[in-house]
Amino acid sequence: MATTNAGAPSAPAPARERSGDPIAQGEPAAIPAPPKPVVNDFSIQVATVNGSGSQSANSVLLRSIFAMGVPVSGKNLFPSNIAGLPTWYTIRASKHGYVARKKEIDVLIAMNPETAREDILSLRPGSAAIYEENMNLKQYRDDVVCYPVPFDKLTAAVCPEAKLRKLVKNMIYVGVAAQLLGMDMKAVEDSLRKQFAKKQKAADLNWAAVEAGFNYAAQTLTKQDPFVLERMHATEGKIIIDGNAACALGAMFAGVTLVTWYPITPSSSVVEQLIDFLKKYRVEPDGKASFAVVQAEDELAAIGMVLGAGWAGARSMTATSGPGISLMAEFAGLGYFAELPGVIFDIQRVGPSTGLPTRTAQADLLSVAFLSHGDTKHPILLPASVKECFEFAGAAFDLAEQMQTPVFVLSDLDLGMNNWMSEPFEYPEKPLNRGKVLTAEELKKAGEWGRYKDVDGDGIPYRTLPGTDHPKAAYFTRGSGHNEKAQYSERPEDYQNLMERLARKFETARTLVPAPVVVQAGKSKVGIIAYGTSDFAVLESRDQLKKEFGVEADYLRIRAYPFAKEVREFVASHERVYVVEQNRDAQMLSLLKLDLAAGETTKLRSVRHFNGLPIDARSVTDEIVMQEGI
Amino acid sequence: MAAGTVTNPGPKVNRIGLPVIEYRGSKTTLCAGCGHNAISERIIDALYEMGVQPERVMKLSGIGCSSKSPAYFLSRAHSFNSVHGRMPSVATGALLANKTMMGLGVSGDGDTASIGIGQFVHLMRRNLPLIYIIEDNGVYGLTKGQFSATADIGSKLKTGVVNDLPAIDTCSLAIQLGATFVGRSFSGDKKQLLTMLKAAMAHKGTVMLDVISPCVTFNDHEGSTRSYKYMQDHEEPIGEVGFVPSFEEIDVEYEAGSSFDVEMHDGSRLRLKKLPENYDPTDRAVAVKTLMEAHEKNEILTGVFYIDTQKPAFTDLLNLVDEPLALLPQERTRPGKQVLDEVMAKLK
Ligand SMILES: Cc1ncc(C[n+]2csc(CCOP(=O)(O)OP(=O)(O)O)c2C)c(N)n1
Ligand code: SF4
Ligand SMILES: [Mg+2]
Repeated sequence: MATTNAGAPSAPAPARERSGDPIAQGEPAAIPAPPKPVVNDFSIQVATVNGSGSQSANSVLLRSIFAMGVPVSGKNLFPSNIAGLPTWYTIRASKHGYVARKKEIDVLIAMNPETAREDILSLRPGSAAIYEENMNLKQYRDDVVCYPVPFDKLTAAVCPEAKLRKLVKNMIYVGVAAQLLGMDMKAVEDSLRKQFAKKQKAADLNWAAVEAGFNYAAQTLTKQDPFVLERMHATEGKIIIDGNAACALGAMFAGVTLVTWYPITPSSSVVEQLIDFLKKYRVEPDGKASFAVVQAEDELAAIGMVLGAGWAGARSMTATSGPGISLMAEFAGLGYFAELPGVIFDIQRVGPSTGLPTRTAQADLLSVAFLSHGDTKHPILLPASVKECFEFAGAAFDLAEQMQTPVFVLSDLDLGMNNWMSEPFEYPEKPLNRGKVLTAEELKKAGEWGRYKDVDGDGIPYRTLPGTDHPKAAYFTRGSGHNEKAQYSERPEDYQNLMERLARKFETARTLVPAPVVVQAGKSKVGIIAYGTSDFAVLESRDQLKKEFGVEADYLRIRAYPFAKEVREFVASHERVYVVEQNRDAQMLSLLKLDLAAGETTKLRSVRHFNGLPIDARSVTDEIVMQEGI
Repeated sequence: MAAGTVTNPGPKVNRIGLPVIEYRGSKTTLCAGCGHNAISERIIDALYEMGVQPERVMKLSGIGCSSKSPAYFLSRAHSFNSVHGRMPSVATGALLANKTMMGLGVSGDGDTASIGIGQFVHLMRRNLPLIYIIEDNGVYGLTKGQFSATADIGSKLKTGVVNDLPAIDTCSLAIQLGATFVGRSFSGDKKQLLTMLKAAMAHKGTVMLDVISPCVTFNDHEGSTRSYKYMQDHEEPIGEVGFVPSFEEIDVEYEAGSSFDVEMHDGSRLRLKKLPENYDPTDRAVAVKTLMEAHEKNEILTGVFYIDTQKPAFTDLLNLVDEPLALLPQERTRPGKQVLDEVMAKLK
């Protein structure tokens, strides 16, 4: 993939364009003049060691930029390890509101001696690097602006307690970066005090460290890189939340009553945060819980409990990742065939097998769509923002009960475990949709009923819940062949009728799932299809394509499987459609092929990204430009 | 029809006015003479005699000949024939969704002791209120007679194959893991099995009953340790099991000493008589030791081995609201707008 970036806003401008640079004013002539400032449009990478406690510092950096009103996003690239391995945290400030990963790093904060050499070597000319002075990174690059800082010395001065120094040291870099980037110190202090809200002493100590870093930079370092922050008003009223917390909130407001799980990265924090919310907001005045949470013995048990509860009428869910999804396969088929509601959150990570458990991917799509043996397929919701995590969590519970089938919500590590800006979530005003459930009174009126009979022509039958006080309410649920009355049957016509009805039911799902979002630029022949977290990169890439290459691509973002009719229409109305996704095998493209008319499938082209890092706009643009032959 | 009044002369009815036919299921499709059928009959009798409202029961099972049997009793109750070895999780979900129901689980020795051993173990330790019955024939009936993990060492298959691995004793396991009512019976022992099933229905917590149930097609021959003949020769009741349901008058006469009188959760009384001297059915260590010793002597001990009426059931540990979670109205499961506003404000 090409590494040039003609037109990328962060490319350093020539030194002579320095007029108007406030920082450069009055500097001695011997120091090279800083280039034209690049305002609110750059990325910072903090390279640390896992377990060194840099999270709070990184969070303060992110929140300070947010507090300055500048659109910002943060990504944690961490190893599958508790302590000791390298980890990187990337922050992107973007006045345009771009939140995809930016390939290029503009400001490096190198705190990990193990990776420091590699880290600085990966920078482009004109970037900046802040590092512990005795690492002497200058020796590797004379085309990078170097800011050596005596971190240990500064830390020792503000933190007499040796034990705490490892943690406090991180706040020194916050101060240095704040000074060099022109951060509003009020914003930094507010963010820091919010971070340590319940720990006054820790807040004071950390703030002293930030100030020490700031003062050191102010007195000793000379700003020579172009990257600066300036106050904006683009984040007012917005919230910051991770996707897993958003899923958890969505589930709580959807009235979930049974939550089962078996811990696995990156899904654990869905349930961990949900437990916190439920304990806070779903314990009744008499101290009793309107929910149950069970840490199951494995994912087989987790899904078994979900389906058992769904059968008995409770809103139930579990959260897992790829390996757990694999274990759920047999039960997923039972859920489909016996028509049992349940919600499964799959926070995708990199497979196959254990794969890269702390990296992101969109590679469970096909295995989830057809999870289990026989002719099985499942509705899937595909959120692409924290707001959609919240909304689709709610939609998933409605859909599962409406459709009487397991519904999967496919998020991923990038969305789930990173912090994102968002408009505040809206309170769900629509009442819960509990689906077609017959009560004892309704049974009395109806007389006869058949559990698996398609009364309404939508493929969705009626069910009763255990405990319904009517002698005809009961039926026998089984994963073996059954007729409309839920009786055991191996008759060919019974089986075929059942399978055809299930297919009809799946057709109904097309009309019930969230419709795609379509952005038509005009009469373009080129279309892009993406889903989930590939959205951020595609949005930015479309701007790049337009600005740099004059290509105005239309865009359709798929939000669910089965596909709504708009998807077919979109493909039909374009000559070439690029399907952008984060897996090797073009899984969404394959799924689309199964759904499109034969003549349409040849229009599909694939843009894939599968190295474990979130997809970036430049990669999408480069690939489309290449395939377009521009 | 439920709990209707009866006009004379009608069929004999139980205390809630239902004739025994209301407790029956579909016609069995298992082999004639299969022990599992006899167990279904005893379940019907127990439900009838206890006057259980059929609609208040959930039947759950895994996969196997044994797991099919919920179809052959109590058609008026919802039933869930799940997947092989995973009934415990389904039952857990269903009973957490509606803790007011009686859970009746039927499994096989393959379903429990092989593919399902993981879920079995965790079910026992949670003490979920569920009657868990293993219809134990020492083989996989449905897949045509392979050894199961409860087959005794030295036991012979019809084909002449001899089992050379030791058996898993599901009763000792259940006792060690935390089940609070553990016993073994024999499908052919009508009186004992019926009494134990009735007592089980009065218990709140996990009841684990291992019921030896000969498979007439694959494991009822010479050399099998799960045949009718072998059981007649080797069944050794640990004592007599008596049961007085809460709705019957409790007779006062009861001799202490080698007998044990346990008050059950609903006020019923479980009476264990003629127990060996020093046998304390509330002492796990004694129970497990006794089982192991009997095994050494090639005796198949039956009866109630262990009971604990004090340990909290899983549904109590979770401190759930009184009503079934499944039936809570939206007002109680979806927090109000002010809650979302509060959460959002904190995230700004
Ligand atoms: C995942 C899976 N593996 C294998 C089977 C095949 N199978 C069906 S029943 C059974 C054994 C049943 O034995 P047991 O539980 O002892 O019941 P029995 O038929 O003896 O009553 C097996 C292996 C299955 N249904 N599912
Ligand atoms: S094969 Fe054995 S276990 Fe199965 S029904 Fe026949 S006798 Fe019973
Ligand atoms: Mg068996």
